[in-house]
Amino acid sequence: MHPAWSIIFFTSISGLGLGLAGLIVLGLLDLSLFSHLLIASSAVFGLIGAGLLSSTLHLGHPERAWRALSQWRSSWLSREGVLAVLVLASLACWFLFTLFFGPPPLWCGILILLMIVATVYATSMIYGSLKTVACWHHPLTPVCYLMFSACGGSVAFLTMLALFGQPTPQMLKEITLTFLVGAWTLKYAWWWALDNRGSASNIETATGLGTIGKVRSLMPPHTSENYLQKEMGFVVARRHAIKLRYISIFFGALLPIVCVIFGGSSAGILSMATIFHMIGIFVERWLFFAEAKHVVTLYYGDEQLSISS
Amino acid sequence: MTSLPEPSAIKLGLVIDLDICVGCQACVVNCKEWNTSGYGAPLSDESAYGAQPSGSWLNRVHAFEAGVGEDAKTVHFPKSCLHCEDAPCVTACPTGASFKRAEDGIVLVNEDWCIGCGLCAWSCPYGAREMDPAEGVMKKCTLCVDRIYNENLPEEDRVPACVRTCPTNARHFGDFGDPNSDVSIMVAERGGYDLLPEQGTKPVNKYLPPRPRRQSNDESVSLLAMADVATPKGFWRWMDSTLEKLG
Repeated sequence: MHPAWSIIFFTSISGLGLGLAGLIVLGLLDLSLFSHLLIASSAVFGLIGAGLLSSTLHLGHPERAWRALSQWRSSWLSREGVLAVLVLASLACWFLFTLFFGPPPLWCGILILLMIVATVYATSMIYGSLKTVACWHHPLTPVCYLMFSACGGSVAFLTMLALFGQPTPQMLKEITLTFLVGAWTLKYAWWWALDNRGSASNIETATGLGTIGKVRSLMPPHTSENYLQKEMGFVVARRHAIKLRYISIFFGALLPIVCVIFGGSSAGILSMATIFHMIGIFVERWLFFAEAKHVVTLYYGDEQLSISS
Repeated sequence: MTSLPEPSAIKLGLVIDLDICVGCQACVVNCKEWNTSGYGAPLSDESAYGAQPSGSWLNRVHAFEAGVGEDAKTVHFPKSCLHCEDAPCVTACPTGASFKRAEDGIVLVNEDWCIGCGLCAWSCPYGAREMDPAEGVMKKCTLCVDRIYNENLPEEDRVPACVRTCPTNARHFGDFGDPNSDVSIMVAERGGYDLLPEQGTKPVNKYLPPRPRRQSNDESVSLLAMADVATPKGFWRWMDSTLEKLG
């Protein structure tokens, strides 16, 4: 699949912002200082908002984007949009309440956290629900998205605690480390599944000509690339896929883990951890698209859908 | 509304006979010609006279080879929207632009609502949807909905443009909901099948397989024998051997 920068940016940045917001609404950050409240809310709205805006960049008609809120009964993309708007509105209420009356009750935070989990789940299911892309259509796809949002958010949360000079509970660090190790272990399992799972579809089922014998594409229906090939026939990444996987683990898991363990409560080192983690996630997300094979490529010369072919 | 309607009694679609198609591309051209001035925005092209021309088309003819040796076949393979009963492109659409008609099962795009997100094209296993490069909306086969019910046209023209133009009769249009329709009978008799059945889309369009090769018992005509006839005699034989000697 074509790795569109707008979508990579959207899923990575909004995932981070939602993870961070999920921890803030649990009341673990002291926002009694106005400047802290301003920084925290700007970070949350900036990240989630930038992600959502970027997702509209790849649309043919961004001015009609509001229509995407209408089909939540059937469409995961629509559900994601509706939930994101609800989360943004609830977060605005939460921050305003904090500003005027102090921290809202915990149940409000838990409610918003549940909505955040649902939003990230909906984002992942835009891809996870597609039967046409076999490697995305896997139960671990939403799990990975949720875990990455959780570990990105918690690293960013530790950074914010350090930045505000507030004490970091040891347990929070341990949770962050658990999220980091858990997320990347699950991602590794996802990659393993991608490499080792066949697809029920092949050029014979695509054409129905398997009864005659082995099927090969003889000539394409057009002389140069069409929309389908540009959008779904992306092949550039595969050669370097394994190297890029390790690069993403190095930046996304290893460096942040070292920073969190040895960084104490240094805002500088923890900021680096957040940035490293985001680099890892960008590479991971790029691979998520670039490595994915769409079943339509069977009509354009691919005979199998496995990555090795 | 992008939830799928209850399966309709009438299921309009195409039968494509892979035994007959010669890959002439007439259906491709006539589809583009009719639909660029029919339903929705024109089907635009990009750098039509350049080195890398591209554009949106609703019908494409691939070619495959199947088998090896003397039983191998070249199969021309037309492909357009299969108007699936369980159309994943419809449920994926976030805006309600993509829909399946309750009355006859035709899958259409309301281009005034389409935001051009491309998710429907991602969810289609057949590559039946192409984004229009100029309009930024999704284009797909309408089964010529503006022809088949059009009372301003003579009756013989009230079929999709691809069916009307096919010089070999490889494409047929009809109602698969009626077990006695021509298309239903054809599918039953020839073993018409679904493309990518494992994707669970339940396509309405069906494909008829190429017929098996006829066995020939006449062995008197062989290429070798014909080559012997062509061996030169007399003057030509002398010239042939002389030229051979010259190296």
